[in-house]
Amino acid sequence: MRSRTAAVALAATITLAATAACAPAQSGGSAATDDVQDGTLRVWLFSEVTQDPKEQVVDEAVAEFESAHDGVEVEIEYIPVDARSERFTGAFNDPSSAPDVAEIGNTDLAGFVDAGGLLDVTDAIADWDEGADIDPAVLDTTEIDGASYAVPWYIGVRALYYRTDVFDELGLEPPASLAELEETARAVRAARPELVGIATGGAAQFAFLPYIWAHGGQIAEQDADGAWTGTLDSAEAREGVAAYARLLGDDICPAQTCAEWGGNASVQEFVAGNAAMTIGGDFNRRAVDESAVGDRYAVVPLPGVEEGSIAPAFGGGNHLAVLSSTERRTLATEFVQLLAGKKYQQQMFDAMGNIPVFTDVQADVAEQVPAIEPFVETLAAGTAFVPVTPAWSTVDAQGVLPTMVQTVATGAADVETATADATAALDAAFGAQ
Amino acid sequence: MTATHAALPGAGGATLPAPGGAPRPHPPLGRRGRRGTTWARRWEPRFYLIPAVVVLGGLLAYPLYQLVVVSLYDYRQANVSGSAPLRFIGLQNYARLLGDDAFWTVLGNTVVFAGACVVATLAVGGALALLATRLRPWSRTTLFLASLGAWATPAMTGSAVWLFLFDPTLGFVNQTLTAVGLEGFAGHSWTYDKWSAFALVGAEIVWCSFPFVMVTVYAGIIGVPTEIQEAARLDGASTWRIAVSIVAPILRPVLAIVTIQSIIWDFKVFTQIYVMTGGGGIAGQNLVLNVYSYQQAFAASQYGLGSAVGVITTLLLMVVTLAYLRALRRQGEEL
Repeated sequence: MRSRTAAVALAATITLAATAACAPAQSGGSAATDDVQDGTLRVWLFSEVTQDPKEQVVDEAVAEFESAHDGVEVEIEYIPVDARSERFTGAFNDPSSAPDVAEIGNTDLAGFVDAGGLLDVTDAIADWDEGADIDPAVLDTTEIDGASYAVPWYIGVRALYYRTDVFDELGLEPPASLAELEETARAVRAARPELVGIATGGAAQFAFLPYIWAHGGQIAEQDADGAWTGTLDSAEAREGVAAYARLLGDDICPAQTCAEWGGNASVQEFVAGNAAMTIGGDFNRRAVDESAVGDRYAVVPLPGVEEGSIAPAFGGGNHLAVLSSTERRTLATEFVQLLAGKKYQQQMFDAMGNIPVFTDVQADVAEQVPAIEPFVETLAAGTAFVPVTPAWSTVDAQGVLPTMVQTVATGAADVETATADATAALDAAFGAQ
Repeated sequence: MTATHAALPGAGGATLPAPGGAPRPHPPLGRRGRRGTTWARRWEPRFYLIPAVVVLGGLLAYPLYQLVVVSLYDYRQANVSGSAPLRFIGLQNYARLLGDDAFWTVLGNTVVFAGACVVATLAVGGALALLATRLRPWSRTTLFLASLGAWATPAMTGSAVWLFLFDPTLGFVNQTLTAVGLEGFAGHSWTYDKWSAFALVGAEIVWCSFPFVMVTVYAGIIGVPTEIQEAARLDGASTWRIAVSIVAPILRPVLAIVTIQSIIWDFKVFTQIYVMTGGGGIAGQNLVLNVYSYQQAFAASQYGLGSAVGVITTLLLMVVTLAYLRALRRQGEEL
């Protein structure tokens, strides 16, 4: 027994000593100083539901870039959007496996910059002849403390899709305010119980956010020191939550089925012909066009609270960024300028329908394709964005907003409690940074 | 009855050679003349343990140690990639967790859910093992093949298939129920209610984990020497008596292993909850510890906090397992 006691004591001592002496691993800063002018340029782009059109445009850009630069090879890898967090985390921890250029979602930017992963490209945009035409509101989403960390590639903005045949049959007009939208949706379901009035879900947070903004609420506010405080418990935000939750009622879109839906699931229901309306993006247009309801729908901007106004849409979109670990920063920046330039943005629009970020190209494509007019109109009315803080990725991963909406929609708590809980969760995430 | 019970081993031993043959006479133990031999005798067995210690140390102790260390730090993505300094925060991660009502709800969910899954798995697996001993060979083979199919199905695939079966509108289950006249099930969502969702996931977990219990218990039952049972029968013991006094004690180590395995598996369930309830259910109502730690901490890049959940889970499992082993030992069974 004595030796056993001694062994336990020894083990405890070693553990204590080791705990005191060691700290978790930290990779020692990933910024590279080299600027190699040849070799392989590695690029990560997101894979798409329909991959081919994107690949064709990108391949063309790659061919152009390679023929302009001797001894340079561009290697494109398509990564799944759902796995981006793991992939980028890995890239930041191990610079040798990181790409030089990557497509990123604009809500991820702040977190990636905080992790030290992205290169400041402010000068690259300022020195670029096309840089001045980038929509300033979009450029804002690339900036942290006045510096740009990515070049905007395309915009994603949502508007209201509705079924023209259903509206004609029931003698309905496209709604001009959020209150009218609710009445219209209720009227559809009353007359056609097999349809949901509007397909939208408890987890469709980009369909839900305009409700907060349209009612004058905010997710959070930033004080002079840059600290964020959650404001979902404000009277305005609560009105927005309540109005959105009313859509998830039995008389419009029953919570039983709708509470679980995210943005894609909602659009799927519209595509499947089960809904009279949905809040969908310009990027969904192609899928709707190809569906059975493809010739029986129209799009208008999502209305605001005032009759005839437009609700501020979430300014979604993707950027191209240069990773700070790159050893080919000049090549990487040049490739970004090419792929995110006007020529290829126009091509990306032709191939995939993604709205370009240059104001002049936007005007051009809106003229060529009238179908994107409502989206461009929504953009012009002004968009809003989630708090630009690294904490947002935490808030997102923890599902703070979907939980709040679902709690209200399922009746598990009232608006006051749910918004107070969500605000507390936001503050906890902001405070942890 | 005590006499019968005590006589059993003797009766077995009289008619049959003891397993492994007659005990060989031990060479006399004790001090040899030279010290070296004694030293070697004492230490030799420990050298044989070195490979196991190295493997366990590398694969178990070191990661566990790292988990504990990380849980004592403010360790987010920025700290990992070196753009923010490391900060030792002691037990703050634990304090934050234990002070969070949501954590306690999730812990409660986990204990109830895992407990129910363990009981159901053992009941189904044990019952089918008993059934298997009574079946004809071909039907037993069919039963085994069918359950091996369930066992071999990857958790991801199994969960997805179950979800298809229970889909509100297109699912086979709802369509069948509606077809036989239960109109209320048209469009019924099985994952909307908290306990209905847990029950659905639990059923899937029982479905994919009972085969292990069944096969192991079946092997245990087959391993009970028939001679002993025959002898007991000759001594006039009833079937029930044989089951309680002979089969059950012999099976106890096997049952202990499958119980502990089930507790550990069901406590750590991740895939089924994550896939079937879309990452934790409506408003997070179906979160269990593992999914919670993934969602709150790892997906959100708060590795310190996630490690704290991991440490708590490990401690809980160790306590449960040790308590169970102690209870077994108190009943006089050595494992």
